[in-house]
Amino acid sequence: MSLQENAVNLLEVRGLTKIFGSLKACDHIDLAIAKGEIHALLGENGAGKSTLVKMLFGSLEPNAGDIFWNGQKVGIPNPGAAKKLGIGMVFQHFSLFEALTAAENIALSLDDGAPIGTIAAKARALSYSYGLPLDPDSLVGDLSVGERQRIEIIRCLLQTPQLIILDEPTSVLTPQEADKLFETLERLRSEGKSILYISHRLEEVKRMCDRATVLRHGKVVGHCNPREETAASLARMMVGNEVHAVVRQPVEGIEKAQSLLEVVNLNRQPATPFSIPLKNINLSVRAGEVIGIAGVAGNGQGEFFEAVSGEVLQNDTASVRIRGKNAGGLSITGRRLLGAAFVPEERLGHGAAPRMKLSENLLLSRHATDGKMFVGAGGMVNSSSIYSAAQRIIEVMDVRKSAPDPEAAALSGGNLQKFIVGRELDRKPSVMVVNQPTWGVDAGAAAHIRQALIELARSGSAVLVISQDLDELFEISDSIAVMHHGELSKPMPIAEATFEKVGLLMGGAETGHPEHAAEVA
Amino acid sequence: MRLELVKRPQRSMLFSMLSPFIAFALTIIAGAIMFAFLGVNPATALFTYFISPITEVWQIHELAIKAAPLILIAVGLSICYRANIWNIGAEGQFVFGAIIGSIVPVLYPELQGPFVLPMMLLMGMVGGALYAGIPAFLKARFGTNEILTSLMLVYVAQLFLDWMVRGPWRDPKGFNFPQTVQFNSSAVLPELMPMSGRANLGFVFALIAAVLVWFMMSRMLKGFEVRVLGSSPRAGRFAGFSLNRMVFFAFMLSGALAGLAGISEVSGAIGQLQPSISPGYGFTAIIVAFLGRLNPLGIVAAGLVLGLTYLGGEAAQSVLGISDKVARVFQGMLLFFVLGCDTLIHYRIRLVGLGASKPQVAAKLEEAR
Repeated sequence: MSLQENAVNLLEVRGLTKIFGSLKACDHIDLAIAKGEIHALLGENGAGKSTLVKMLFGSLEPNAGDIFWNGQKVGIPNPGAAKKLGIGMVFQHFSLFEALTAAENIALSLDDGAPIGTIAAKARALSYSYGLPLDPDSLVGDLSVGERQRIEIIRCLLQTPQLIILDEPTSVLTPQEADKLFETLERLRSEGKSILYISHRLEEVKRMCDRATVLRHGKVVGHCNPREETAASLARMMVGNEVHAVVRQPVEGIEKAQSLLEVVNLNRQPATPFSIPLKNINLSVRAGEVIGIAGVAGNGQGEFFEAVSGEVLQNDTASVRIRGKNAGGLSITGRRLLGAAFVPEERLGHGAAPRMKLSENLLLSRHATDGKMFVGAGGMVNSSSIYSAAQRIIEVMDVRKSAPDPEAAALSGGNLQKFIVGRELDRKPSVMVVNQPTWGVDAGAAAHIRQALIELARSGSAVLVISQDLDELFEISDSIAVMHHGELSKPMPIAEATFEKVGLLMGGAETGHPEHAAEVA
Repeated sequence: MRLELVKRPQRSMLFSMLSPFIAFALTIIAGAIMFAFLGVNPATALFTYFISPITEVWQIHELAIKAAPLILIAVGLSICYRANIWNIGAEGQFVFGAIIGSIVPVLYPELQGPFVLPMMLLMGMVGGALYAGIPAFLKARFGTNEILTSLMLVYVAQLFLDWMVRGPWRDPKGFNFPQTVQFNSSAVLPELMPMSGRANLGFVFALIAAVLVWFMMSRMLKGFEVRVLGSSPRAGRFAGFSLNRMVFFAFMLSGALAGLAGISEVSGAIGQLQPSISPGYGFTAIIVAFLGRLNPLGIVAAGLVLGLTYLGGEAAQSVLGISDKVARVFQGMLLFFVLGCDTLIHYRIRLVGLGASKPQVAAKLEEAR
């Protein structure tokens, strides 16, 4: 490699722009990545990070702007071209076939037609040399999320890329698994490979990355050296203003409070070959407290939510009790009538019907509980009272929108989430179960939602929050339990809980999975 | 140069209204081309097909007779399709409703009086609903594909009718023709204005059904349930609505309306059961439902348009000497263009030159601001 080549950046992007309809997802982005650096791409959800890297990987075509690779202007029309240049990508959402083995999944993405045995051997060798042990013959369906991510990384490394793009790699990992990933990344850097690291977790960016580019609303708002910044100053760059911290007053005498939501020996058989069975879950949420359920995605949280909400009924009616009444055999409507409210993880298509107006989406979860007000005699819908109730929620939750009563799909994720949470809070439910309350929501709105949940609890309701975001759970919970492989640990009072302890439980320690415990230790 | 579809942020109200008209215009153009290939002057042919059948009052009556079953069936189908349930078997429900509704006048011709007709209509609706209940049950219980089961049951119903009129129900004094006895006068649907033409009460039923279903779909909780379960079933389950119950509701209600159309046709326009009692109303109604934007009021207009294609087909056959299958061709083209034009509601079409030039990009940027 000549001196001259060393002087140019591996990848340089000038004025890259992508427009969707009337939205500028990326607006004249400039970015330079040197050889052998870990470069962070920071920004809130919706800031344009994913759009930018999709253009770099050839999955999206830019409307304007140039990409330079080793100083040469290049076009990247498709992912194949990106791979040829030496760009590899590990996506946030894995693209793996669960019914195939790891080696078969890897073989699918390579086009050299090598026999599967050779690929498996190569993958095994590579995985051990990078400290990411992987058995190429195991079925993907049997692997944990962290292990699945390893397949994606190995698959990417087998193509010997110069630049590796990682999209929010730690969002699905336990703290211990993340540490392991960081070691691998540092090794790759020492070999002279460049890494573009996308994240909104500031601590890990500060710890690992050499430079950072911060995006906000599709524009570059700054380049910096994250090691010289504080988490607060980075957050300010990302969000644009100070984010109010959530206030949580400790509660007193909670031991004597009445249990409003009880889950007793809840079991559920897996509905599909790849869903998680629930095993003997016990939990009690008292009036006035927030209990958080932590866990890596895909450990049964979705199944648990369905069982508690009544979207799936239980054979044992006493396995779910709401305000002291057996609710296991009641439908979701019956459980709502007992005073419970639910917010599912998926906003579009589950919590809200995308092509329906906000006012209609209000009716969605409240047609039974507010039947007198919203539905008149003979099943007539009272549109005007629904409309005014929807406007009230929009105002209280500060939902930003383009029309008085837009379709749910026209709102940004964060604003729709504010509406969906607000829709349930407006009822003043005595039991509230929320799955991923602030996933994909910008920091300001997230703080608003968290504060609202705490206040609901302090006003005498029982609040159960399922989340993968540990920071969030530590912020709002009075106790934290951990879900792993469909089992729930005993709730730990927040005063005793640490990231370390919760992380170990997330990795499977104590709940009877010695192989995982050994792995994370 | 290439065409690109760009998703609209919201559905376009404008194209929601315009799309049926664009589709109709495209159908006329394609029809003109087809007539030219058949060696007929397109202008005369189109006039014969679309204008001449409605120039006299009695012809308007004929149009109402053809449109009534189309509207009745399509209004029912619109509920199914809004619920994302694909009832393709309205033709069978039509036939089965006609058979069940005809039990009284065929087996008990001596029964006479004002109660006979309401009883027939009610039995026709029950028959259609029960027949539609079969694919509903199979879907809810075993997860079978309702498109296949409801379609196959059409042929079962048609062959059953064929057997009935050739066998057990054949008119003993009918010179061995495959048909039942003529219905007696109290079993015949009254004509609306006997002085000017044949149109009967069936058209009134169609209008009433359209208004009632429109009211249910737009103003009642039940209609909301239909729309939620149809557009996002998971959100519907979250709302506490049951998809299985909806399958029965939508199938049986649309079956009842198809059955009503069947018995109205038999007791009104025909007056007895024959081996064939429908020129494919149950299938054409699918086109009517979509041309009417699955909106019961739009369906009334669409029903009249499609009714016209039947009359036009007959006129084209007698005046121009071309096959009345032309009617089917027009119906097919209409459905094709309606579904095609619906793309415009959710997408814009954009012409993209290879490597869009700089001024264009600048214009786009300006527009985005």
